[in-house]
Amino acid sequence: MPPANASTMTAPHPETTVQASTKPKPIAQEKKLSGDLIFRWVTTIFAMSILAILALMLTEMALQSIPAIKQFGLKFVTASEWDAVNGNFGALPYLYGSVVSSVLALALATPLSIGAALFITEICPRGWGSMIAPLVELLAAIPSVIYGLWGVLVMAPWLQSTVEPFLIDHFGALPFFQGAPYGVSMLAAVFILMIMVVPIITSITKEVLMAVPQSQKEAAIALGATRWEMIRIAILPYGRSGILGAAILGLGRAVGETMAVTMVIGNAPQISLSLLSPAYTMPSVIANEFAEASSKLHSAALMEIGLILLLVTLIINAMARLLIWSVSRGSSGGRI
Amino acid sequence: MYYSAANLKVTDPAPALKVQLEDVNIYFGKTHAVKNINMEYPENSVTAIIGPSGCGKSTLLRSMNRMHDLVPSARVTGKILLDNSDIYQKGVDPVSLRRKIGMVFQKPNPFPTMSIYDNVIAGYKLNGRMNRAEADEVVETSLKRVALWDEVKDRLKTNAMNLSGGQQQRLCIARTIAVKPEVILMDEPASALDPISTMKIEELIEELKERYTIIIVTHNMQQAARVSDYTAFLYMGDLIEFGETKKIFTTPEQKQTEDYITGRFG
Repeated sequence: MPPANASTMTAPHPETTVQASTKPKPIAQEKKLSGDLIFRWVTTIFAMSILAILALMLTEMALQSIPAIKQFGLKFVTASEWDAVNGNFGALPYLYGSVVSSVLALALATPLSIGAALFITEICPRGWGSMIAPLVELLAAIPSVIYGLWGVLVMAPWLQSTVEPFLIDHFGALPFFQGAPYGVSMLAAVFILMIMVVPIITSITKEVLMAVPQSQKEAAIALGATRWEMIRIAILPYGRSGILGAAILGLGRAVGETMAVTMVIGNAPQISLSLLSPAYTMPSVIANEFAEASSKLHSAALMEIGLILLLVTLIINAMARLLIWSVSRGSSGGRI
Repeated sequence: MYYSAANLKVTDPAPALKVQLEDVNIYFGKTHAVKNINMEYPENSVTAIIGPSGCGKSTLLRSMNRMHDLVPSARVTGKILLDNSDIYQKGVDPVSLRRKIGMVFQKPNPFPTMSIYDNVIAGYKLNGRMNRAEADEVVETSLKRVALWDEVKDRLKTNAMNLSGGQQQRLCIARTIAVKPEVILMDEPASALDPISTMKIEELIEELKERYTIIIVTHNMQQAARVSDYTAFLYMGDLIEFGETKKIFTTPEQKQTEDYITGRFG
């Protein structure tokens, strides 16, 4: 019995080895149109469609704005007369309004945000940071119309009754604070934009500051630096390009912001040095006038403003991402 | 166990004690990382702290310039005396203490956005205002002391990150001595460097001890044997043996020390 058993046990083995050596399984032929392949194509198409949408938008807007480009050329961005009745369109007041409101908002928001981010990462007791940071980010999720509503119902009257008279009384000699206190004004837009970009700049700056290596902080501390000196010589220089990126991303948000600004800026297409006078921005004029643009030229002019806005925000965002990216992969910190 | 370097048979008259540790215990939360350490470091000497990874040697070193103040869970008990006064007593400003007790880290950590010149002067600048000539003087002296001056004098304004790892570490030592400390703590200063750079750092330590008291943590026993006058062997937070380097490496009193030095564990 045992010998027979042994032979039956060993018998299949030579067969299988022969089979394997004469008929190797063709691995490549097994492949059909598998789920994997379909999945790959579907995701590729989805991803490409995002780029396609951007490209379509750009070309469509460029095509639509051709009448205005042909009619006005460069004068479109240098002339300041906006007359829909007579078909005269110069977009300078909107450009001016957008640039001034965004840049001033950024100038106010950046120090505030760096301070907030430093508090979260370096100053506040351990554990608090993880509570405060999500709250800051929550501010970014508030719909802009709510900011606008608060701005026009609460902030603008307060500016009109308190802040603007104060500025006129004490700094009225400066060209920036002349005229009557309207409430709705460039100043109101600057403030509302500042509040709206603080969360985004703060949360990105926080990430940048958290990426500063412990060894850098210890280097400063071991040299006898106080906490503030450590921040000044080790943390801020290390994170500077990332912080700049955060600020530029905030600028992108401010330039494109429509609703809240439209509600508080006063919507007057004029160029005035005074922050107390009403102004107008590119997104606001598009939002306000598009529905009633009757002539082809009028809508083409609005389209051209839209095109300029789109290009500006694209460039700003690309710059910001590049700067932040350079920090997160450590090239600003150099090789250590 | 209480070992005193001053009580050992040193042929020269016993030098003044610069730093003394008395019953030092360090805790991180509930972890007891360093246990009841008593040690004394004579002025202008080099003391090496050796031991396997995780034995508490870096932890002990960092307690000597109060770096643990930055870690909320860390607690240091006992006394650490600098020139006979406790650095942990009330009223001692850790910031000015760290100017007297400088520290060099494992990985070279120059400030990456600064030039060589600005790196050297970074700590010294914190003292307050100074004129240009004074700054130049401090930079030159410090770089000469770490034997880096000749290598970088023509490119002081270039970025410090262009230096090699060994040069960066010497720059960090220059930055530390620019503040004019009395004691320099070194936390495995050569472990991230190539052999030639390591040799330079070791030569440097030999020269620096004329002016400073040096305490160096190393996991490289040959290095400890080469550079130090005294050696302390730490194991699991306990000080196993402390004495003249020559004696520790030839006739250690403790079996554990001998086992570690001969490579039987660690």
